[in-house]
Amino acid sequence: MAPLLKVDNIEVYYGMIKALKGVSFEVNKGEIVALIGANGAGKTTILHTVSGLLKPKTGKIVYNDNDITKTPAHKIVTMGMAHVPEGRRIFQQLSVIDNIKLGAFTRKDKNEIEETLKYVYERFPRLKERKNQIAGTLSGGEQQMLAMGRALMSKPDFILMDEPSMGLSPLLVSEIFEIIKAINENGTTVLLVEQNAKKALSIADRAYVLETGSIVLSGDAKDLMNDESVKKAYLSE
Amino acid sequence: MVTLLDGLSLGAIYALIALGYTMVYGIAKMLNFAHGDVIMVGAYAIFTVFSITGNPVIAFIVSIILCVVLGIVIEKLAYKPLRTASPLAVLITAIGVSNLLQGLAQLIFGTEPKSVIILNKLGSVEIADGIILNISTIVTLVLSAIIMIVLTLFIKKTKTGRAMLAVSEDKGAAQLMGVNVNKIIMITFAIGSALAAFASLFYLIKIPVSPSFGALPGIKAFAAAVIGGIGSIPGAMVGGILLGLVENICLSIDVIAPYTTSIEFGLLILILLVKPTGILGKKIREKV
Repeated sequence: MAPLLKVDNIEVYYGMIKALKGVSFEVNKGEIVALIGANGAGKTTILHTVSGLLKPKTGKIVYNDNDITKTPAHKIVTMGMAHVPEGRRIFQQLSVIDNIKLGAFTRKDKNEIEETLKYVYERFPRLKERKNQIAGTLSGGEQQMLAMGRALMSKPDFILMDEPSMGLSPLLVSEIFEIIKAINENGTTVLLVEQNAKKALSIADRAYVLETGSIVLSGDAKDLMNDESVKKAYLSE
Repeated sequence: MVTLLDGLSLGAIYALIALGYTMVYGIAKMLNFAHGDVIMVGAYAIFTVFSITGNPVIAFIVSIILCVVLGIVIEKLAYKPLRTASPLAVLITAIGVSNLLQGLAQLIFGTEPKSVIILNKLGSVEIADGIILNISTIVTLVLSAIIMIVLTLFIKKTKTGRAMLAVSEDKGAAQLMGVNVNKIIMITFAIGSALAAFASLFYLIKIPVSPSFGALPGIKAFAAAVIGGIGSIPGAMVGGILLGLVENICLSIDVIAPYTTSIEFGLLILILLVKPTGILGKKIREKV
């Protein structure tokens, strides 16, 4: 079976600077795939390119048998891909419920949206309690939950998560990772970018290791966790 | 009393124009200095169609349509190609568009002011002993209030309105929600221009149309938008009404009447000194 996402040798530039130097990888349906690597390795750039916020100079991205290399970001959303961006980027001045509703922007059927809303509230009861609060006043963990809940509102088949653990307490990090696992078990494919390599590898099926714009290593998450070079570079505590 | 109501109605006109500035700034992050000239074009449209057909309603409808189309065309041709350019390039382009529109108006209609009597024809009423009010003032006030309420509801309650707020806060994140940012910017220009058409109808009560018709209310409304807090919709309303009131009160007192414009812009400076983001402007938050 063809992979759900196939990224083929993409190069991405910021002005004159080459941020991705020919990156290729695949994500199969149902998997959790992690991209790990140091700051500035190009992890976020990869996600932005997959979801269409950035355009690659060369290379090809195929999603669900569609070439989306040149598709604008807002159209990719309608194809069942959601992106929880780095730093959460919730709409701070809007209420929690308005943020959540924006997540369903591309959907029309009111009853179906209502159903998804129920599912999101079940997953994140805190969001229901605070639905009328202005999003900018939420705590960091709640904002992360809002960003995830908002993404789920588009009922995605495939979800990109960028540093969901950033700035959260260890307890919350574990909670967030539990939720990611649950979302995946519910049938959503996950591409996860994390600096917290240990956590990421613990829930991922497969992983790619990124260094300054290139993939240097890939394999089963369990194997990578025991790989000496990975241990030394990313798992030391 | 009359001074206050007149001031309110002038303020309402400024507020309508200021809304165009502030919405475009909030969403496209640019100052559309051609906005005042859209008002001028709207006024000429009313003048032309009214002198041909004699029907004020048709004249006004044509004016709205023309302003909306003009707003969208300006955005598409002049500003959209500059979406990633420096703000200075966009600003200069806006001034260029402004000059172009004024030049075209001069070419077509000449420099001589042309008066259009539509709302002025409504006459006046005596609402209490000795207090005589122009009906045009009342019409301006009531219509402006309705427009502002509808606009506020539109932004707060509809999907498109929410998308506009989302785009004004974070374009990238809005795109990730499936919002077509270019379409939202286009809608914003269309709404701003429609409001400008109303402003031209109301402003025709005060002065005849000439190529520089939109320049002064445009710049004053821009000041009003800044006073209220640029990017803030209620701010534009508050700033516009405040400025209109100040202007009319100053004009009603003989001693200070000649200094009215200075006082208005002095007010702008004063408010910016005390609160640099304007009365209802939001603090710029650092991203965490």
